[in-house]
Amino acid sequence: MNGVHDLGGMTCFGPVVAEENEPVFHGDWERRVLAITVAASGALGPLDYRRHGIERIAPAQYLRSSYYENWLARIEILGLETGLITEQELSSGHAERQTDTHPPTIEELDAVIMGGRRADRDAGRLEPRFAVGQRVRARNLNPAGHTRLPRYVRGRLGMIHAIHGTHVFPDTNAHGNGENPQPLYSVRFSATELWGPAAASRDHLFIDLWEDYLEPLGETADE
Amino acid sequence: MSDHAHNAPPNPYLEPRRTQAETRALEERVAKLEQALIEKGIVSRDTLDHVAEIYENDIGPMNGARVVARAWTDPAYKQRLLENATAAIAELGYSGLQGEHMVVVENSANVHNVVVCTLCSCYPWPVLGLPPTWYKSPPYRSRVVIDPRGVLAELGLDLPADIEVRVWDSSAEIRYLVLPERPRGTESSSEAELAALVTRDAMIGVAKVEA
Repeated sequence: MNGVHDLGGMTCFGPVVAEENEPVFHGDWERRVLAITVAASGALGPLDYRRHGIERIAPAQYLRSSYYENWLARIEILGLETGLITEQELSSGHAERQTDTHPPTIEELDAVIMGGRRADRDAGRLEPRFAVGQRVRARNLNPAGHTRLPRYVRGRLGMIHAIHGTHVFPDTNAHGNGENPQPLYSVRFSATELWGPAAASRDHLFIDLWEDYLEPLGETADE
Repeated sequence: MSDHAHNAPPNPYLEPRRTQAETRALEERVAKLEQALIEKGIVSRDTLDHVAEIYENDIGPMNGARVVARAWTDPAYKQRLLENATAAIAELGYSGLQGEHMVVVENSANVHNVVVCTLCSCYPWPVLGLPPTWYKSPPYRSRVVIDPRGVLAELGLDLPADIEVRVWDSSAEIRYLVLPERPRGTESSSEAELAALVTRDAMIGVAKVEA
């Protein structure tokens, strides 16, 4: 989806200014949204589906809201969509009916927080099509759903910098169409290739792209 | 390209954007969501406090600072860190959510690295904790890829033209930690003294470590 979350390369948002001595949470409600997000993550579905939930927040609302406001909206959007919670329950603050699952225990949550959830797989497409040093082009794809191919690299020429192994493919996994594990690459682009001649000629951008985002380049093409 | 910044409007993400009534409405919305999820048996109140306390007390940039100080003082560790960061970081006891696949990128006299997530807010939680607001907000996410030198200058880091800037956009589940340069004059410092010098911003790549 060519959404407003795909911010790379925009220059209209003003300067970056850091808050001095910023606290971990600015209020108890932020603390609670973080905790619910982590504790209910298993119930809300796969990571890629949850990410796409934020991307479906209305554009003006997305830009106007703080990070934790968008996380809150995501829990509501996905909670309603998955049937985890109803409109009535959100507005009353009380359950209409219990679920038949038990909430994750402290031990189970510690295992997630300290153990993580790996995104690599030892099944699927295991043999990389591209080699380190090979020139590639990021394909010009504009899927209607979730993708991790930002607009600013589409159609641009880069070079394979590293191979990260075989990882779950977000574009299918976000929509219940399977994990479709495939090689994930670190791809290097020159700043001038991405942004034109005004960019610093020494500088580079590195981004992680799945194999289905890439196409090979002929020997004679220029980066 | 830095002059884009000077033509841009004031940063709306720093202004208070909520009235007290709006904040109260937000608090009430969260309280209702939380209570309904607890009554439904999806989460429980004691585990919510437990999760928040982990990110308030146990997981933060002090973890990454230990990794950096160890790399500065132990060449064999540094080599392991650059070859397999996830395993080397786990040696010091740090692992887990949003740090399952770590890569460490090293600054030098010729190269400066800086990390972003343009599409959302990906950040290496086990070593840096939860990200600061500026890291997750549109001004940084949008512009550090197109004008890294201008953004770094705004944050107080002026880089000479002969240094190569490498921007790392965290678009997948790989999480990046910058290994800053060890500051001059710290040859006799202990590992613990060095760790105390290392800042979160230096490990994102928007600052250097000062002695």
